[in-house]
Amino acid sequence: MLCEACRELDASVHLTQAVEGEVRQRHLCAKCAAEQGIETTVTAPPKNVLGEFLQAVQQQAGATASDSTRCTYCAMTLRDFRSTGRLGCSRCYATFEPSLRELLRRVQGSAKHVGRRYVPPEPEVLERATTIGELRDRLRRAVENEDFEVAATLRDKIRDVE
Amino acid sequence: MMLDLTLLPDGGMGWLDGSGEHADVVLSTRIRLARNVEGYAFTGRAREGERLRVLQQVRDAMPHVGSLRGGVVLRVDELAPNDRQLLHERHLVSRELAGLESHQTLRGGAAVVLGEGVGVMVNEEDHLRLQALRSGLEVGRALGAVERLDRELGGRLPYAYHDDFGFLTACPTNTGTGMRASVLIHLPGLVLTKEIAKVLAGLQTMGLTYRGLYGEGSEVVGNFFQISNQTTLGRTEEELADHLVRVVRHVIQREHEARRVLWRDAGYIIEDKLWRAYGTLRFARSLTFDEAMNYLSGVRLAVGLKLISGLSVYTLNKLLIFCQSAHLAYAEGRALTESEANVARARYVRQALEAEADPTA
Repeated sequence: MLCEACRELDASVHLTQAVEGEVRQRHLCAKCAAEQGIETTVTAPPKNVLGEFLQAVQQQAGATASDSTRCTYCAMTLRDFRSTGRLGCSRCYATFEPSLRELLRRVQGSAKHVGRRYVPPEPEVLERATTIGELRDRLRRAVENEDFEVAATLRDKIRDVE
Repeated sequence: MMLDLTLLPDGGMGWLDGSGEHADVVLSTRIRLARNVEGYAFTGRAREGERLRVLQQVRDAMPHVGSLRGGVVLRVDELAPNDRQLLHERHLVSRELAGLESHQTLRGGAAVVLGEGVGVMVNEEDHLRLQALRSGLEVGRALGAVERLDRELGGRLPYAYHDDFGFLTACPTNTGTGMRASVLIHLPGLVLTKEIAKVLAGLQTMGLTYRGLYGEGSEVVGNFFQISNQTTLGRTEEELADHLVRVVRHVIQREHEARRVLWRDAGYIIEDKLWRAYGTLRFARSLTFDEAMNYLSGVRLAVGLKLISGLSVYTLNKLLIFCQSAHLAYAEGRALTESEANVARARYVRQALEAEADPTA
């Protein structure tokens, strides 16, 4: 059966919709279903739905960030994002902010977080965590190298910090 | 060496105990929060060393986090395939984390921390996926537990956070609250009366989505559906949770109505179908997974209709989990071919039903 919207691809999404009390059978291909915002998670959504959304955003809004703009932290580009649908790191949100803001508005219906605010840990807690982490790393290396004297000193230090 | 399941707090099975509101229809409630640790690329783009550092930071934080203090860390990337499958079948790790997706390989640093009624998947699509699983419709309790875990863990690790976008996630569809609240619900009445399509289409117009038994991309088997919120931004955690509960209560009501209609209009057909389901489970010598799921769905409905008595919801829940292939292989202590698994499944189900009071007596 052909998709009733594009009449080109095979219909793979079949659903019964109830619109204003009227029940309608619909047969769409995955692409048209996605364009109409119909989720098809039961048959695994194509991973690049977001990418297609982003393309639409870029075309309509006039590209605010070009395809080749790179995130300074993880080197991701918008082209990469279009193909994977996943961002590379938290910095990407700042790098691609205008495009993402519009994308979020479309996909999530909002671009403003109103849920729980986050208060990051106090610097000393963090510093302590990092220190312990580093000491543990060094301890592991020392044990691997059978450097037991160093390992013993490190173990004491970790105990002190803890 | 096989995974020792007795090491897990409550065996990772507390959510199956059949307690909680509407436990005959709602198997479980799960709330998960997606979080990333500042200072590393997201999992998919991180180097293995970075992923291991994330895991180490979680380990370091554990003694300071109440619900993880007595917890267990399992390095999923070091487990044998059957053990990874087993954790997935117990709904403790996702397919992705267990490396079971066909297109993907097992990721170095993939781990899960299992605490009291809560867990953390480490190096899933996001660095951290905090989750709480409860039996029955217990959205408020699950949310309370996972938020407590989140506050404590977030007080030790710096989360990636943006004032406008909230908690930052690899996929923008999770950003904001990072929260997905879902209930696993059994809807045989709506399926049999063919009302289900309308109900599911209705969910989508209300900002909710549905999936099969194992979450994203999974098929609907045994009339089990997972209903969850679709968006994560622009509403508070409580608003998202309340909305889900309101809609799910309505779906439960529709399910009960459908059961009443079935019973009223086709009582003897239903009675025959459900007793046949029970008979097959009780006496069959070989059962495929899909068969077992469908007959178990029938027996569950029969218990709900009070047609079969003496069978507990807990037993039915346990059967769902233990007749999956990795669990059967675990119980038999060796890898099983498909036909061996079918035989082992039939035997397991038979024995479990024999151990209960005989409803035909």
